[in-house]
Order: sequence, then structure tokens, then C-alpha cells
Amino acid sequence: MDAHVAQLQMQYRNYILSLYQQGFLDDQFTELKSLQDDGSPDFVAEVLSLFFDDCVKLVGNMARALDQTGTVDFCQVGANVHQLKGSSSSVGAKRVKGLCINFKELCEAKNYEGCVRCLQQVDVEYKTLKAKLQDMFNLEKQIVQAGGIVPQVDIN
Amino acid sequence: MARDGGVSCLRSSETMSVGIGKMESPPLDLDEVHVLAVDDSLVDRIVIERLLRITSCKVTAVDSGWRALEFLGLDNEKASAELDRLKVDLIITDYCMPGMTGYELLKKIKESSSFRQVPVVIMSSENVLTRIDRCLEEGAEDFLLKPVKLADVKRLRSYLTRDVKLPNGNKRKLPEDSIPVHTSPPPPPPPSPLTVSPDSSDSSPPLTVSPESSDSSPTLSPVEIFSSPLSSLLDDEDDDVLSSSPESSPMPEESPVRRQKMGSPGLSYYIKLGSSKLLINMIATCVNKFFKITTCVYLSHN
Repeated sequence: MDAHVAQLQMQYRNYILSLYQQGFLDDQFTELKSLQDDGSPDFVAEVLSLFFDDCVKLVGNMARALDQTGTVDFCQVGANVHQLKGSSSSVGAKRVKGLCINFKELCEAKNYEGCVRCLQQVDVEYKTLKAKLQDMFNLEKQIVQAGGIVPQVDIN
Repeated sequence: MARDGGVSCLRSSETMSVGIGKMESPPLDLDEVHVLAVDDSLVDRIVIERLLRITSCKVTAVDSGWRALEFLGLDNEKASAELDRLKVDLIITDYCMPGMTGYELLKKIKESSSFRQVPVVIMSSENVLTRIDRCLEEGAEDFLLKPVKLADVKRLRSYLTRDVKLPNGNKRKLPEDSIPVHTSPPPPPPPSPLTVSPDSSDSSPPLTVSPESSDSSPTLSPVEIFSSPLSSLLDDEDDDVLSSSPESSPMPEESPVRRQKMGSPGLSYYIKLGSSKLLINMIATCVNKFFKITTCVYLSHN
């Protein structure tokens, strides 16, 4: 049993480290984790869930704004990008945030094709992150079910 | 409801009752700091609320400058009778918000007789020196770069518990005879993440779209919380997502660090301004000077 828990914990540690190394997460995610405790054990999951809801909403807004036959309101698109950049920054979604920075420049340049491409990338990226974090939460659940404690992972 | 962007006054006792813990609600602490947090982003509201609660603050979070004014009773000319019972020790607001910016909110607060003494802190994701200067000149206590960290909030908290020096030289203590906080009735529990259907399968696929149920079990696992429906396109909020007015100078500037008008200089502000370069420069200069002085003293003695 202990060996199984240890193995899961090792798997978990490696998985988290890989998420940071591959640039999916940054130190703001670490910060969020540090705000979670026994009194608020689901804080990170709650915030991330809200973030992904935000992604759905904002990507939808942007898709509609870019889908206009006629003049595209790049200010509208830019406002949504700004919001997404803000919330991705707040949860440590590093890649999404990086894409938003590019996206913002494309909006300012009124680069339609660039915006459409970037939106697609954002869509893929947040969904990828969601899947990765789902796997992370699954691992946590397995550890707890096996009677272990989810380890604190030192990123440095 | 927090998701609709209304007022969310989740006090610590209510936080506990939303299934996060089973601690008893603490007795009303008249000296407890009450913070009004203003941010149009729900994610940011939740994070700032958590940060403030960890530092033992009562928090009222609203989604716009208008709601903040409404809460403070500043949205109409006549003074509200409720004002006498309203105790707000700090207002922390996002800068970029649709409708009324944090700067405009700051101005209105500083123009009011009831709340001009309350310290106002501005948060922004953009490091624009002109913006920072403008806010500080208008009377902002501090300026935080997003994402806000616990260290930033702890620093704010620390200067709330001592005298706050005002620009005219007068000192203001937190009122000793603090009146109980008047907050709106507690809202329903926070959005759908905590009301997802119970786990019914052994393995949950990454993008489970599970139907919302009214299961309010307090012990939902993160996995279940995480797999909330994807169908929540909140079209009615589109109007709020408009026009954030472009900055006159959007490029971040690497100008020398500027001191704020009052209170502590804001170490995290310095660090974030020029990453660590400015701070290292400052320290290096001080150390350099120190060594020069000690060398002169040593030489003069020999």
C-alpha cells in the first residue's frame, strides 16, 4: 500500500514538474496552491473551473466578433483578449497568457487572419491545459483514495 | 450571486458554511479590517477575496465601480442613513474596468466626505508609469501589479494596523470605536463548481460535461468540481465586456522608481517595476556608498 502511494506521489510530482517545464504553468499557479489549505481544500479547482468557464465565454465572444460579415470590431475582440489575458495571468496559465499577449498585438494591428489563427490557438491551448489539469486532479484523487497525502511540489 | 457580478459578501463564517470547512463562525471582531474589493473579473475577485481572507480581513467583493459606489452609498446625492453603520477600512480596485475605471472610482471616493480618508489601492495588469503616477497623485495609497500575490496583500494589511499618514500631515488611526459592519445579506453559495453531480463513474474523462444538480454535499472532490458543464456562454454579459479605453502610453517604461506619496514605498512595486534590476541597483548603490565611507574612515585613521 505504501509503495503504491509512494509511486503515485512520485508520478504526481513528475507530472507537476513537467507542466511547469513545458510552460503550461507559472509561479502564479504555485501561489494559488499556497492559498489552499485544509480549510479550503478545493480552492485551486474552484478557481480553475471559473477560469475555464471564462475561456469558453470569451472565446465564444471573440469568435462571434470575428465572424462578422462586414467590419470587424477589433476593439471588442481586444477587450475580450484583455480579459482573458488577465484571468490567465491570475491562475498561472502561462501559455494561454502568452498567446493573449500576441493576440492583443494582432488586434491592435487589425490583422484579421492573424486574429482568427490566434483565436484557434487559444482555443486549443486552454482545452489542452484543462485536460492536463484534469489529469493532475485525478492523480490527487488517486493518492488520497490510496490513503496518501498529496505532496507539495517544490518547483525550484 | 458572484457569477452575475453582484455583491458577494462572503464573510469568513459564510465561507465555512459553503462546504469548505466546518469551523464555527468567529465572534464579531469590531477591530476586524473590512475591505471592499472591486474587480470586473470573477476569477480575480475570487483570488483577491481569498488573499484578503487569509490575512484576516472581512471582504465585500463587487464587480464594478458603480456597484462599489452603490455599496458605499455614494451613488446618489442624499446621504444614506446606512452610512453611519458602514465601516470600510480599505478599498482595493482594478484599474481597467468597463464603464467606470478604477481611477474614476478613486476620484469619486476622494471627492466624498464620508470615504475620502479610506485608503484606496489600485491593481493593474499593466505596468504603465503614467497610469501609476496619475493614481498616486489622485490619492491612491498604493499600486499593485497583477497578478496580486499574498505578499502584496500582507503588506497592505500591515499598514492598516498602524497609523496612516495622510498627505496633509494628519495621521489617521483606525477607529477604536468601530461600528459593526453593515453588509448585504449573504448571497447564495458561489457558482456551479460546488454543485456538480456526484461521482458515478470510476474514471472521469478529461472533458466531462456533467449535468448540474443540486447536490450540495460539502465533500465533493476536486475532480467533480473541475468537470463542470462547458455550456455556460453568458451572452447577457456581453455588454459588460466592451470598451476598455486604450491607454495613451501602453508601452511599459523603465523609468526610475518613483516613491509613493504615503505609507511604505511598496517593495513589491519596486521589484515588479524593473524586475529585480532596480532593486539590486539601489542596494548596490547603498553598499557601494557604505564601503566608500568605511574605507575613508579607515584610511583617515592610518
